[in-house]
Amino acid sequence: MFSRHSDLPLEKDATSRFLPWLVAPMVFLCAVALAGVFILSGLIGRWDRDVSGTLTVEIAAASGDARESAERTRERVDQAVALLNGFPGVANARALTQDQLVALLAPWLGNSELLRELPLPALIDVTTRAESPPDLIALTAKLAQTVEGASLDDHRVWLSRLIRLSRSIEWLAIAIVMLIGGVTSATVFYATRTGMAIHQEVIEVLHLIGAPDDYIARQFADRAFVLALKGGVVGLALTVPVLMLIGMTARRLEGGFLAELSLPILGWLSVLVLPAVAALLAMLTARMAVHRTLARLL
Amino acid sequence: MVQFDNVAVRYGYGPEILQDVSFSLPAGSFHFLTGSSGAGKSSLLRLMYLAQRQSRGRIVLFGRDIATSRRYELPALRRRVGVVFQDFRLLDHLSAMDNVALPLRVAGASENDIRKFVPDLLTWVGLADHLHAKPPTLSGGQKQRVAIARAVIGRPDLLLADEPTGNVDDHIAMRLMYLFEELNKLGTTVMVATHNENLVSRLPYPQLHLENGQMRRG
Ligand SMILES: Nc1ncnc2c1ncn2[C@@H]1O[C@H](COP(=O)(O)OP(=O)(O)O)[C@@H](O)[C@H]1O
Ligand SMILES: [Mg+2]
Repeated sequence: MFSRHSDLPLEKDATSRFLPWLVAPMVFLCAVALAGVFILSGLIGRWDRDVSGTLTVEIAAASGDARESAERTRERVDQAVALLNGFPGVANARALTQDQLVALLAPWLGNSELLRELPLPALIDVTTRAESPPDLIALTAKLAQTVEGASLDDHRVWLSRLIRLSRSIEWLAIAIVMLIGGVTSATVFYATRTGMAIHQEVIEVLHLIGAPDDYIARQFADRAFVLALKGGVVGLALTVPVLMLIGMTARRLEGGFLAELSLPILGWLSVLVLPAVAALLAMLTARMAVHRTLARLL
Repeated sequence: MVQFDNVAVRYGYGPEILQDVSFSLPAGSFHFLTGSSGAGKSSLLRLMYLAQRQSRGRIVLFGRDIATSRRYELPALRRRVGVVFQDFRLLDHLSAMDNVALPLRVAGASENDIRKFVPDLLTWVGLADHLHAKPPTLSGGQKQRVAIARAVIGRPDLLLADEPTGNVDDHIAMRLMYLFEELNKLGTTVMVATHNENLVSRLPYPQLHLENGQMRRG
């Protein structure tokens, strides 16, 4: 590929010489965005595991005297259990009995006789479907709307919000990667056209001698490949230390979800192949640009 | 080999430079194309080496109707035509050898064959000492010989030369004509455009004459 014969004096083109300096920052930006995608999807995966499984719905005790309160709280609990069992993604919802509740609190509050006198909130144990967990944010809204005093585990709901936000950011990063590809491709396209204009006479001679379009296109494509690969390698050389630094910082922070800030193997691989991807993209684009331009000739 | 039926050429919305041109070149023939400057000789040749489309009429080249051929089929037809352009059109950044090798490379010949045939041909046209010279360092006559070598290296079925003797003296012009005769004897159909009456009268080949956009046999 590098030693293939070329009749066009493309090495001397000023227009193509800037190409590596365009591709290098593009590969850098792309690598950072890609790393972001991988790190985020790692985090999302972990948070997803945290929000799945079981969760707890709390029903605040209704006001009024002990009997009235107990009765109205029970009504609310029944309402909530019915709603939960009908909600997509919920496998089973079951209210804790008074005894279970007291047993749960006894280690902290001691005297269980006293506990029975207090207006305790009711708790509902919810098992969710692992394969299709419920939309916690929608569930919270629905509960708040229908059942007075009901609330869902705060931490879970917050995590759900975070996951939702992260997913949006993930898509944004993917869009950025594609945009970078598009911009690079467009630049290669116009650089190739400029190159063709510079070498119009040579191209015309080759054409008249009977060169098929691809004979000419290949020479531009090979050149674009080499230039983009050079730029890509420079871009990668800039990226690797940055990503390693981020990984090291994350590891030093330890704990919390920041520990997941280092890039998985697949992430490293996809970053490492970026120069080759950029080179291929440049090659295909240049080839297409030449074919399109030559198609106007007889 | 070549068949023109009522062919016309015009540039843009201008007048027809050629009108109702009909002729045929039998395989192995040798013709002169004559006519004063501006008569349309180069235009006619451009049609034949597929650099330009006719505005009407029918052109059949090697049995193929050009108008109905697919675009991707044309390069193979072009490779069967050797052209000596009026202004040579050598590539200045390539050596004489690489210039002559172009038609072989384009046709996908091996570098081995190229190294075998190209120096021989350049030696034959008297440029053995200039294999690696670039065109800008060559004289007009030397460039012309490189151009001719490039036109014939691929053993074309049809050789078209556009005023190949334009800027050389009669002595050299005759030598070039003998070269074309040699090729013609080997089976190549030849058409030489020229307005050098002297040259035409000294050789026994028929001429096709262009005047006022029409062709007549001389
Ligand atoms: N590309 C072109 N665009 C417009 N007019 C052209 C073009 N090429 C040639 N002509 C015109 O066509 C006529 C014939 O030109 P040409 O074929 O070069 O004649 P010759 O080779 O016999 O001198 C001339 O009047 C010339 O001005
Ligand atoms: Mg002319």
